[in-house]
Amino acid sequence: MKAQASVEEQTATKTGADLLVEALIEQDVETLFGYPGGAVLPIYDAIYRAEGSFDHVLPRHEQGAIHAAEGYARVSGRAGVVIGTSGPGATNLVTGIADAMMDSIPLVIFTGQVAKGVIGTDAFQESDIMGITTPITKHNYQVQEIEELPRVVKEAFHIATTGRPGPVVVDIPKDISSTVYAKDVNNQFHLPGYQPTMKPNPLQISKLHDALVEAKKPVVLAGSGVIHAGASEELRTFVRNYKLPVTTTLLGLGSYPGSDELSLGMAGMHGTYSANMALYECDLLINIGSRFDDRLTGNLKHFAPNAKVAHVDIDPAEIGKNIPTQIPIVSDAKAALESLNGKPVKELHHKGWMEAISQNKVDYPLWHDQPDADIVPQWLLQKVYEYTKGEAIVTTDVGQHQMWAAQYYHFDEPNRWVTSGGLGTMGYGFPAAIGAQLADMDATCVAVVGDGGFQMTLQELSVLQERRLPVKILIVNNQALGMVRQWQEKFYSERYSQSIIDTQPDFVKLAESYQVPGYKIETQDQLLDVLPGVLQDDQPAVIDCRVLQKENVYPMIAPGKGLHEMIGVKR
Amino acid sequence: MRRIVTAIVHNRSGVLNRVTGLLAKRQFNIESISVGRTETEGVSKMTFVVEVEDDRKLEQLTKQLNKQIDVLKVSDITDKAIVARELAMVKVISNPQIRNEIQGIIEPFRASIIDVSKESVTVQVTGKSDKVDALIELLRPYGIKELARTGLTAFTRGHQPQVAEFKSYSLLK
Repeated sequence: MKAQASVEEQTATKTGADLLVEALIEQDVETLFGYPGGAVLPIYDAIYRAEGSFDHVLPRHEQGAIHAAEGYARVSGRAGVVIGTSGPGATNLVTGIADAMMDSIPLVIFTGQVAKGVIGTDAFQESDIMGITTPITKHNYQVQEIEELPRVVKEAFHIATTGRPGPVVVDIPKDISSTVYAKDVNNQFHLPGYQPTMKPNPLQISKLHDALVEAKKPVVLAGSGVIHAGASEELRTFVRNYKLPVTTTLLGLGSYPGSDELSLGMAGMHGTYSANMALYECDLLINIGSRFDDRLTGNLKHFAPNAKVAHVDIDPAEIGKNIPTQIPIVSDAKAALESLNGKPVKELHHKGWMEAISQNKVDYPLWHDQPDADIVPQWLLQKVYEYTKGEAIVTTDVGQHQMWAAQYYHFDEPNRWVTSGGLGTMGYGFPAAIGAQLADMDATCVAVVGDGGFQMTLQELSVLQERRLPVKILIVNNQALGMVRQWQEKFYSERYSQSIIDTQPDFVKLAESYQVPGYKIETQDQLLDVLPGVLQDDQPAVIDCRVLQKENVYPMIAPGKGLHEMIGVKR
Repeated sequence: MRRIVTAIVHNRSGVLNRVTGLLAKRQFNIESISVGRTETEGVSKMTFVVEVEDDRKLEQLTKQLNKQIDVLKVSDITDKAIVARELAMVKVISNPQIRNEIQGIIEPFRASIIDVSKESVTVQVTGKSDKVDALIELLRPYGIKELARTGLTAFTRGHQPQVAEFKSYSLLK
């Protein structure tokens, strides 16, 4: 794809910060997530002058800002925009930048920097954010001259949102943003080193089509690349044309309807038995937009051992990185699927296979115990699914609650599932829900969080209070770092080192102190009383739901084991 | 296996850091790097000598390098007809009596003495790395006071012999 080039001439007297604000307006930025500070004061002054040009959301910690921007990007499909000041402002963004990098979330992050003259002197609030973020960004810039600012902003948005999306950092020294600049500014850009391959090689598509026609045990693995490419419709057409079984990755949930009969559910460490066995036994694996993460594959030796592997990915470096690939297709998922769908639909000879793996769904379903009054988390998530009719935006942190949400909430549409996949970030879910809600004010937005993760970013309750955003925070409260506890139980002989959290705040009072309604739920009846009403009203809420501490996430592939060695499978 | 990989890059601040950081992060073992400007303004060329386990690792290396926005082209030129040179400067302990002896040793290597003092001579040698290694080994018994090597720099010869199949990992073609 050729970079868009245009010339914009500006003649009035402006500061660098004004040029930045104009560049953001040109990019149609609607929402900014940021936190002011010394090095970005000129930028905040320009934002003040440009009042009304965009909505600025003030979190109470920079980590809140960047996770909110991630949630916003995931739901809106647009770049999330973040501003942080130099030094601690910038370093507080690092977790979110790394998170966005791992999950291919388009973000443009502006960090303030000390003035050019004192860079490198360990000046007040100076940090080498270029050095710090180089390994965790798709690209980063430090603006050296005021006239390059508009071009750099344009490039940053282009790089963040095209190809494989990702975070781009633009570091702006304070003197650049404060200096007045009166000359014409040219924002034309040309990036010869960045030309993502969008269209698939037709020969490779034919090879894939041939392999499909020959296959006896085909399976489709859909990753978040399908969602990023907006290719869910094309995926449905492809899958239904050939009646193929589909499994998705954690981040690919919603790329294909989870409640559809051809869906086997999520694969991987806590995936369904039917999905994992399909991956284990298949003879053709069509991976569209997944990077074969180790939480998906388990032991590589036992991952699709007898399959021909076709891999569609926009990032050529992902193809063959973990799994040898026979049919590599470097392409945008949408273009690849369109081109596949253009081929004549042939009848496949995989009826026996389809029946066998569909029977697995019936024979080895997800299961959990059901006590009389106490709440098990699986049941809780089932109820959330029922009451929201599967239409909510669900955000999570990392851990047990995340896996239960992935297992028991069936996403039928893309961009409804916002979770920290690759980096596995605690504290992600709640701020991400703020961004997600801002991106879609009509949606019911449920932040499913653990009692551990919520305590990492709960200061963002201030934003709910301020904005009256109707985010529902569902604390799956087992008074433990659940997944750590589970691993200690299974693999560390029940030595619960630092994973049980007996001392907790009163979450209801905490919520109320932020003027957010709070509910403490301890029994099934209480939940059934409270949850439907809360999910329907237009108020924010904190629901502290006490669940059984000893509940574990099953089924599971233990570390080092293969797809076919799941434990906790019940017939 | 030892590979020679070249990368044409935009000459921007931080590019070297970006590239070496990438290689370090992904656990590639760099033997040497040399960087310098090219015939095109604003464009530099890096030559890496890297030790990689197998073809898959090598493919990953070139692909990851190619992903960098400031990298314009990556080529593995190990199997091509190439011109590869390294420069080394060796300060050898030598009194006037053995200066001639050293002169005799370095002559077949077409090396030259570029500095002389009462106790030492400095020898400059250019060539392939193994030639440089060989000369250093010959000089070592005299006592090496200081040694500096540039690392390999290389490009393909103007004429490439016709070979059935070259390995090529460039994604920009």
